[in-house]
Amino acid sequence: MQNKIWYRQGLRDGIPIALGYFAVAFALGIAAKSTAKLNVIQATLASFLLNASAGEHAGFTQIGEDAPYFIAALFVLVANARYLLMSCALSQKLAPETPLIHRMLVAFDVTDEIFAISVAVKGKLNPFYNYGAMTVAIPGWAGGTALGVLMGDILPDNVVSALGVGLYGMFIAIIIPPARKNRIIAGLVIISMAASFIFTKLEIFSGIDSGIKIIILTVVISLVAAILFPVKELKEEKEETHAQ
Amino acid sequence: MHNKYIYILIMAAVTYLIRVLPLTLIRKEIKNVTIRSFLYYLPYVTLSVMTFPAILDATGSQWSGLAALVVGIILAWFTASLFKVAVCSCLVVFIIEFFIL
Repeated sequence: MQNKIWYRQGLRDGIPIALGYFAVAFALGIAAKSTAKLNVIQATLASFLLNASAGEHAGFTQIGEDAPYFIAALFVLVANARYLLMSCALSQKLAPETPLIHRMLVAFDVTDEIFAISVAVKGKLNPFYNYGAMTVAIPGWAGGTALGVLMGDILPDNVVSALGVGLYGMFIAIIIPPARKNRIIAGLVIISMAASFIFTKLEIFSGIDSGIKIIILTVVISLVAAILFPVKELKEEKEETHAQ
Repeated sequence: MHNKYIYILIMAAVTYLIRVLPLTLIRKEIKNVTIRSFLYYLPYVTLSVMTFPAILDATGSQWSGLAALVVGIILAWFTASLFKVAVCSCLVVFIIEFFIL
């Protein structure tokens, strides 16, 4: 019975997430079609299996460039690396005796938003809470992607152009609220954008692929920040993520 | 040409491994401060790098992209709602490209 209550609660908390996903995934569907040349089945499958905005976006750019498989894998790895930390945090939130199968199912949909509502749960996390949220969030994400692929054609250019920026809007919504609360993150956001801009514009770096650029800058800047400003409290991360 | 389904399956496998390994293997908190800090800063750095200057080329004109960036930052600063920021960035681009440019 306890599981049923948790499932319903997850379902309820997942609805606003699903609605947000739908709009963002629509833009992702457009990108899947225009940059990666995916059809509706491929794009929907990718969204169903990955449930990751930045990760899918990074992967789609590589598919579009017909990159080697391991390069595409590397890009997805870097773009999704934050889930590693989230899963670490979630592993603390689950009761230690939680069976392996539940851990494996919860892992399938660790996203920024589901992570945020999961860590906000009082006490230990019941996996059925995640299942409830996933029941609405996954169809929202995959369905939005499918519609983006299908409707991208029908919609006029200026509407497509407008929707294409939605993903970046989402990235901004993930990085800015923590930057407001934490000066180091604010500084990192500015430095990262500036470095990315310089890398893109400078002639010497013009031979470097845009995805390799993202990986190099991410690893170098994050590592320097980790050495200069080690984080003592992991709690901070949880609080900031709530805002999403 | 590489096979698109293989791309998708590899991407899915990588993503699932990232999510499932910590949840199934690590039951204690990571103690190494540098690794923890690196993972803590990484999302903000990588999303920033991915957003700018790419957002300028994501739309029909660099100006509408820039406007979306500025409006997005202002909105995210005050509301922190993923949905609102994403939708309003789209609206800004649409309004600028439709009525001004």
